[in-house]
Amino acid sequence: MVLDLVIPTAIIGGIGLLSGLGLSIASKKFEVKVDERVGMVREVLPGANCGACGQTGCDAFAEAVVEGKCKSNACPVGGQEVADKIGEILGIKAEASVAKVARVMCSGTYESCKQKYEYKGIEDCAAASTLFGGPSACTYGCVGLGNCVRACPFNAIVLIDGLARVIESRCKACEMCVASCPKKIIRMIPKSNEYTVACSSLDKGAVVRKNCNVGCIGCGKCSKVCQYSAIEVQGTLAKINAEACVNCGECMKVCPTKAIKKYKCEL
Amino acid sequence: MLVKNFFKGGAKVPHFKNTAECETVKMEVPEKVRIPMLQHIGAPCEPCVKKGDTVRVGQIIGNSDKYISSPIHSSVSGTVTDVAPMLYAGGIYVTTVEIKTDGNQELYEGIKPPSFSNSNEFVSAIRESGLVGLGGAGFPAHVKLSPPSGKKIDTLIINAAECEPYITSDYREIIENSWNVISGINIIMEVLEIDNVLIGIEDNKPEAIKEMTRVAETDDKINVVKLKSRYPQGAEKMLIYATTGRKVPPGKLPADVGVIVMNVNSVSFISEYTKTGMPLIKKRITVDGPSVKRPANVEALIGTPISEVFNFCGGFGIVPKKILMGGPMMGIAQFTLDTPVLKHTNALLAFDETKAVLPKEQACIRCGRCVKACPMNLLPLQLNNNTIKENIEELNKYHVMDCIECGSCAYVCPAKINLVQSIRLGKAQVKQAAAKGGK
Repeated sequence: MVLDLVIPTAIIGGIGLLSGLGLSIASKKFEVKVDERVGMVREVLPGANCGACGQTGCDAFAEAVVEGKCKSNACPVGGQEVADKIGEILGIKAEASVAKVARVMCSGTYESCKQKYEYKGIEDCAAASTLFGGPSACTYGCVGLGNCVRACPFNAIVLIDGLARVIESRCKACEMCVASCPKKIIRMIPKSNEYTVACSSLDKGAVVRKNCNVGCIGCGKCSKVCQYSAIEVQGTLAKINAEACVNCGECMKVCPTKAIKKYKCEL
Repeated sequence: MLVKNFFKGGAKVPHFKNTAECETVKMEVPEKVRIPMLQHIGAPCEPCVKKGDTVRVGQIIGNSDKYISSPIHSSVSGTVTDVAPMLYAGGIYVTTVEIKTDGNQELYEGIKPPSFSNSNEFVSAIRESGLVGLGGAGFPAHVKLSPPSGKKIDTLIINAAECEPYITSDYREIIENSWNVISGINIIMEVLEIDNVLIGIEDNKPEAIKEMTRVAETDDKINVVKLKSRYPQGAEKMLIYATTGRKVPPGKLPADVGVIVMNVNSVSFISEYTKTGMPLIKKRITVDGPSVKRPANVEALIGTPISEVFNFCGGFGIVPKKILMGGPMMGIAQFTLDTPVLKHTNALLAFDETKAVLPKEQACIRCGRCVKACPMNLLPLQLNNNTIKENIEELNKYHVMDCIECGSCAYVCPAKINLVQSIRLGKAQVKQAAAKGGK
């Protein structure tokens, strides 16, 4: 009677003991060493898995940083704050990162820019661009079908009147929109820069005037008025040099077509 | 006459061959022509005239040293008024030569019938003629006619299927110039040493079949093949299968299965060219659609603005909403009537509002009709889904690049999903990813 209880208990217990032993040996023998700093770095990352750093996600980035394959300031979403924290964990001095923001270099809405045809195809900027460069009269400007809106992981881009606008408080500078735009008119600009030439047209001034009310016609007034020589007219398009600009706003005042804008979009 | 294989898939489209009995009418010389430097698949030409130059009919105004390219000739005599970029259908700017005509149509002195004794000389003469595939795609003919060494060509297929609705320009060529077609075929047969010629014509054109059979009767090397009417019968790969039973493997060319396919207009042009030496400067266009007052087959000079072509046909009866260059299945919608007639333009169609508006897209009901319709045996719904997700790996897995963009899937879709448009985008995504990876 007693044996009936003891034998199975002993067998089961024995099997348990053996497997436990096997497992503990295996865990020692096949141990994968994980740098504990990877976990710590992962903790401080934003966790959006956006891929802006060039890695497949935050986990991969944490590993890459610890292994030294990535710079500590490579996460544009986290910015300086995260870079500092990573530097602390790894015991290195964090490299300085400039806070950037995405800006749409076009201000052609349905009202300001003429439409050359009515587009009825699939809702995709790249698809529309293959037909005469898109429905808008200007072939350089925003198509307005929202590829960037769909690409943004932070809901920071909205479409209003056929023009994509970046809500700067939400923009984390992951650059996903830059890659998604078939017209390549979304650029990363330092957040401290308030003024932008919101036009990308390389057409001649007269053509720009014909197509759009708010396009840059390359008149050069802005570059003349700028005391810091921060504006250069390249071809028929003015360009603000972000480093030299001091945000005085003189250029915006003289621009005849109001193509230079103090960028602001909040909801 | 033989009835051969029948390719899988495709769509039964209405024929609307309203202009079949309209004899070709020659259009007068327009006041101004605009000739773009890219009217073919391949490298664009560099203009070799400048503003103020006088040009004559048949003079080369643009050429390229690239192999896959085709020279561009002036279709009129007059003065070059502008050489400037012009927006082209693909959304790119192409240098365009604008010529103000003097109305005299003086011939360029260099025009003389080409002389050739071997296939190499023949091919370079064809290049000089500026001939591109006149079926619609515009692939340079000299490239087609010079198969890679080591590949034996045994069959020449003449494409007269004309499966797109409305278009009758190939049909008119057969009815009006059947002897030219035969003599063009004979020239190619002789030069390239081909012993077997098959002329593929859809069975909705019995007159054309009768005419071609009549003129080809004496030659037992030339056979007319009656094809079932089904879109896209005129697509190269479908036509090769339907006439010879050979299948062109994915990513391969017709030459790989020993075949050359030429459009019936192209062979007819070759015959004309060897007689007169006049390069490709004019094109027969079917002008049709519910909005056009007098549908017709018009012979227009290349570079004529399409507005003049429509005016020539009596203008618009009903206000058009959509104007297509090419057939309704594969044609490209135009936004301006300033667009010039190109080498490979075969139709101009104008539709009123009722015909132009696309039905609303609905959710896929997974009926599989697009799969059945795809002549290339692809899965359009999978390609569509993966295009939306931008999943390049899956797009490649489902062979997106094999799509011939015939549009059968979108045509048969009961949910009216823009399948072919989406797949075209998918192809662009794959190409873009490949370009990025190659960098």
